[in-house]
Amino acid sequence: MLTKRLIACFDIRNGMVTKAHKFQDNIDIDEAQAVAKRIYADQIDEIIFYDITASADKRKIDLDTVRNVAKHVFVPFTVGGGIRDLNDMFEVLKAGAEKISIDSMAVRNPDIIRQGSLAFGKQCIVLSMQVKRVEESAKIPSGYEIAIDGARVFTGMDAVAWAKRGEALGAGEICVNSIDCDGTHQGYDIDITSMVADAVNIPVIASGGAGKPEHLLKVFSRTGASAGIISSMLYSPKMDKNYSVREIKEFLNANGQPIRPYIG
Amino acid sequence: MIGVIDYKAGNGPSVQNALDSLDIACVLTADADTLAKCSHIILPGVGSAGATMDSLGALDLIGVLEAHALRDKKPFLGICVGLQVLFAHSQEDDADCLGWLAGDVVRFDEASVRVPQIGWNLVEFAYGHPVTDGLRGGEYFYFVNSYHIRPENQNDILGMTDYSTPFCSMVAHDNIIASQFHIEKSGEIGLQLLKNFTRL
Repeated sequence: MLTKRLIACFDIRNGMVTKAHKFQDNIDIDEAQAVAKRIYADQIDEIIFYDITASADKRKIDLDTVRNVAKHVFVPFTVGGGIRDLNDMFEVLKAGAEKISIDSMAVRNPDIIRQGSLAFGKQCIVLSMQVKRVEESAKIPSGYEIAIDGARVFTGMDAVAWAKRGEALGAGEICVNSIDCDGTHQGYDIDITSMVADAVNIPVIASGGAGKPEHLLKVFSRTGASAGIISSMLYSPKMDKNYSVREIKEFLNANGQPIRPYIG
Repeated sequence: MIGVIDYKAGNGPSVQNALDSLDIACVLTADADTLAKCSHIILPGVGSAGATMDSLGALDLIGVLEAHALRDKKPFLGICVGLQVLFAHSQEDDADCLGWLAGDVVRFDEASVRVPQIGWNLVEFAYGHPVTDGLRGGEYFYFVNSYHIRPENQNDILGMTDYSTPFCSMVAHDNIIASQFHIEKSGEIGLQLLKNFTRL
């Protein structure tokens, strides 16, 4: 039986894993490579690094960090943020990442999903969506709107419609990132995760809000999500309690959720 | 020296990283002379069967691979699409493939499961084989596939997996070994299997 996936997500600046506190005051946690090695040793199922940008040019992807991480991580590894075109995708994949996560760029140029999927295979293309709860309307029937550029710009696009379009264009997975839940540590947005998972037939990743293992149990048991992104609960010094991958996996297995077991 | 086939649709660098971490010498190449010096051949794969066959054809690699795997019987490992193209035909792109093994490749039933299958799934091994040495049974491996093989010869089946329907996830036929899952991305268990292959 196919198991649910735990995906560790980290933001990277200048080769360091950072954690933003209320969107500012980034705290450096540790070197990207060291964090990746540690979380791999802890038997995480998958890793996502966002915004791997180099200091000299904010918009340029730090391929050295991608390479260094890929040398030590033998589970799937996704890179997101800062990808501008097909050539960037090619460079990131060549550096050893398995998948590319695209977000705002895909809203500006949806055809990049189709192009990336054709060039590298749909399994490489993760469409990440920033979603915010709004009033239901004729234009936004799901009651969730797509935002871009770090949740600063609202597009007027319906989240479920965008997910379906992304699937039709060739996305291999969809990551639903809730702006409302992000950073709250109070759990994933069950409603939109469920709606998107029901609307598409590709795997859906729940993102934003995970603070404890119960949140993963809830999203896996109440929605069709195939994976959950965890971040702060693993390592943030701002959290009252951090959890190990083992603790989370053992909790999920004990509660009947299929998850790749931790091998002691 | 392990030769890892370098072609456009492959994820050769990931396989190379995995071998490097095991301190096993390897070379990522599409060059026939370089491959002639290799003791083992790995055909990695991502993407579609049709694109893979086109790419192997364009690089004049089909005859080269056949010489190593079929004539010289060097240990050969196919991964993911590198497994699928060993069969005669794939529904994907309606592609004629290498046909080293009898059987075909078909799409998962989209009415019953999400396609592609992405994630960790259980592989049950039909018997003990040198490549599965050190495995305890009940291991999960990382899959990314929309299509699965249907071997005609039951003796070729080494591993089985369930994704709504049972499908063959690993084959072994003399010197030819191949897995649907990504050995190079299946954690320490995958590395163990890879190491075992290099010792054949």
